[in-house]
Amino acid sequence: MTIGQQGKIHKLLGEGEITERLLEMGLTPGTEIQIVRFAPMGDPIDIKIRGYHLSLRRQEAEVIQVIL
Amino acid sequence: MTQNILLEKKTLWVALAGNPNSGKTTVFNALTNLRQKVGNYPGVTVEKKIGRMVFVGKTVVNILDLPGTYSLAVRSPDEEVARDVLLGNRSDTPRPDLVVCVVDASNLERNLYLASQIQDLGVPIVVALNMMDTALRQGKEINRARLQEVLGVPVVATVASREQGIEKLKQVIAGAPRVSSVRSWRLPSGMEEEIEKLVDVLGQERSLSRTAAFSEALILMTKEEVLPKQLSLGEQRIQEYIHLIRKNLSAAGINWRSAAIEARYNWIQNILKDVIHKNTETRISFTDRLDNILTHKVWGWIFFVGLMSLMFFTIFSVATYPMNWIGQAFAHLSDAVKNVMPTGDFRDLITDGVIAGVGGIVIFLPQILILFFFIGLLQDTGYMARAAFIMDRVMSKAGLHGKSFIPLLSSFACAIPGIMATRSIESSKDRLVTILIAPLMSCSARLPVYTVLIATLIPGASAYQKAGIILSMYALGVVGAFGVAVILKKTLFKRQTPVLIMELPPYRWPSFKSVVLQMRERSFLFLKKAGTVIFALSIILWALMAYPKHDSAHPTENLRNSFAGMAGRTLEPIIKPLGYDWRIGIGLIGSFTAREVFVSTMNIVFNVEGPKDETQPLREAFARARWPDGKRLFTPLVCVSLMVFYVFAMQCMSTVAVVRRETNGWRWPIFQIVYMTTLAYLMSFLVFQGGRLLGWQ
Repeated sequence: MTIGQQGKIHKLLGEGEITERLLEMGLTPGTEIQIVRFAPMGDPIDIKIRGYHLSLRRQEAEVIQVIL
Repeated sequence: MTQNILLEKKTLWVALAGNPNSGKTTVFNALTNLRQKVGNYPGVTVEKKIGRMVFVGKTVVNILDLPGTYSLAVRSPDEEVARDVLLGNRSDTPRPDLVVCVVDASNLERNLYLASQIQDLGVPIVVALNMMDTALRQGKEINRARLQEVLGVPVVATVASREQGIEKLKQVIAGAPRVSSVRSWRLPSGMEEEIEKLVDVLGQERSLSRTAAFSEALILMTKEEVLPKQLSLGEQRIQEYIHLIRKNLSAAGINWRSAAIEARYNWIQNILKDVIHKNTETRISFTDRLDNILTHKVWGWIFFVGLMSLMFFTIFSVATYPMNWIGQAFAHLSDAVKNVMPTGDFRDLITDGVIAGVGGIVIFLPQILILFFFIGLLQDTGYMARAAFIMDRVMSKAGLHGKSFIPLLSSFACAIPGIMATRSIESSKDRLVTILIAPLMSCSARLPVYTVLIATLIPGASAYQKAGIILSMYALGVVGAFGVAVILKKTLFKRQTPVLIMELPPYRWPSFKSVVLQMRERSFLFLKKAGTVIFALSIILWALMAYPKHDSAHPTENLRNSFAGMAGRTLEPIIKPLGYDWRIGIGLIGSFTAREVFVSTMNIVFNVEGPKDETQPLREAFARARWPDGKRLFTPLVCVSLMVFYVFAMQCMSTVAVVRRETNGWRWPIFQIVYMTTLAYLMSFLVFQGGRLLGWQ
């Protein structure tokens, strides 16, 4: 995904604590997600979900599968 | 059930729950004003804040500020404490009669997630719908009455930063009927029945109420930790049920990891359809526009570096004045006592032990206040999260978190506020690593030591030479800190997966009250908690340097024959490979009070007459100092070796006391003293012996 692109979360891969935390922060399947920007050094990412901004490292964002 | 609490009880316990950034602390401050007490929950490093509500009437309302959490899933110490308090499982905290859940009206969907989890627990709850102004600015109109209806609990609209709705909230708190809340959302069909089985088992085996058992069941369903081998029969039965239910759910096509979370969010989304009315289509918000600049590749950096420089400049320029006043005030006090009291051990204890020791602590106060003024502003405006966002990439190279940056930067002024500022780091392990490396940042107390050693190294050094050497010492500390962080992350904290899941809250005007309250709270904590330990240690150190008594009128002779002098001589064989003799050894021991004490101790050891705060006489004494065989003591190599020692060594009992407080025990401060002293020894050894091998002196 690139900046400004919107999509819907298909599912979260992985099954650890991080995945559960992301789910609880509202990244559940079917939710709209948008990449807002990258940090000046390219990482982390600023995403918009359920009307708020969340920053994630690319590594954590990799588990999020999105349908464009 | 609906009896008025006022009639039943005189003391009412209210727990304040809410997401981070929901304005929970502002609500707490507004409800309690200055009637606050801060401590720690025993056994964990979670802060416990209790305040007393200002309310006309006979009821005493105690308000307990729970740690800010996004969930009650028990994955962090914060979440565990919050959950245990709400369930009345902590013996040190009374079970709350009522929970006030603060939710951010501009971010309701996610904030109601926690509120709904609390409702599951069956405790009476009141929702404070905070930041109504922000929601309005975003074009969201929120129907409070409708929300109250669908949630089935009292909902009060507030703007805590402007004290709006606080009176109403107080009334609702004092008059709220004690009705247990009920769960209003449902699990997907099929799952409800399965979970019900586990609720029954938990009720039997752990004798939990149905509400508590339901909440526990949801946590257990997703928990996949390695269990201890020895389980009681009851626990085994619970585990068997969990496995069975997971199998049944999977067979029915239900993802047991996410189904409950999804169901809860779906329920929230559904009820909010009637509650939130969006007036305007989403235009680009103020926060977005500001972030386009503040996290920009070029402007973002310029602003960030500029702001940090301003912060530092203020600390070093402004704090110097009050620090000097405090120093002078304590010197005057000491003189006054000397004039009044008869000569003797007791007088020396008061002046050299107590007054000097306490003065050495209080002198850090201006720096702490100024740093927490800035940190409070950064947090309150929302820029703190952006600073972490910008710096995360750099910090992650050392396995650290973006949020470690500000505490480490603060440590250049003084490690004490730096360590206290690590509280904003949620991950306890990241926080601990940050605390452990913070004192490696060269603090301002090292400057007097560097200054006198540089003057000895290069007599009449130019400003550039001085700045160059001091900067290299700073750099050495930074490199060391990153190295230690990498090693710690690869050894002691290996299992920890580095994560950054951080909310970027909307920018807000800072609340002056919160900033001031935080400054007050931090300085009070420092003075009180650290003060007790430092007070005791300064007396011990004074005694070490004053006893056993000798009748010599010569202070130098007295010091030589004191316990500290003996220790210095015992130490000599150990520190000789670093190029130091026993006299420097005494300086190292004395430095444990605070690093700058090295200078005053050396003044006594070398019997320097004249003004104590001047470098010149001591520099000359250093230049004259000889080993018994007539060789120079302070060779250039020794000066460098000594500076390197001061870069790495943990010689500050205030920091030790604060680390003990922040980590809730002696384990980590002792670990820190050991590793830093070892590191200091090894590095100075390398410098001195390596330098000699290369033929330097």
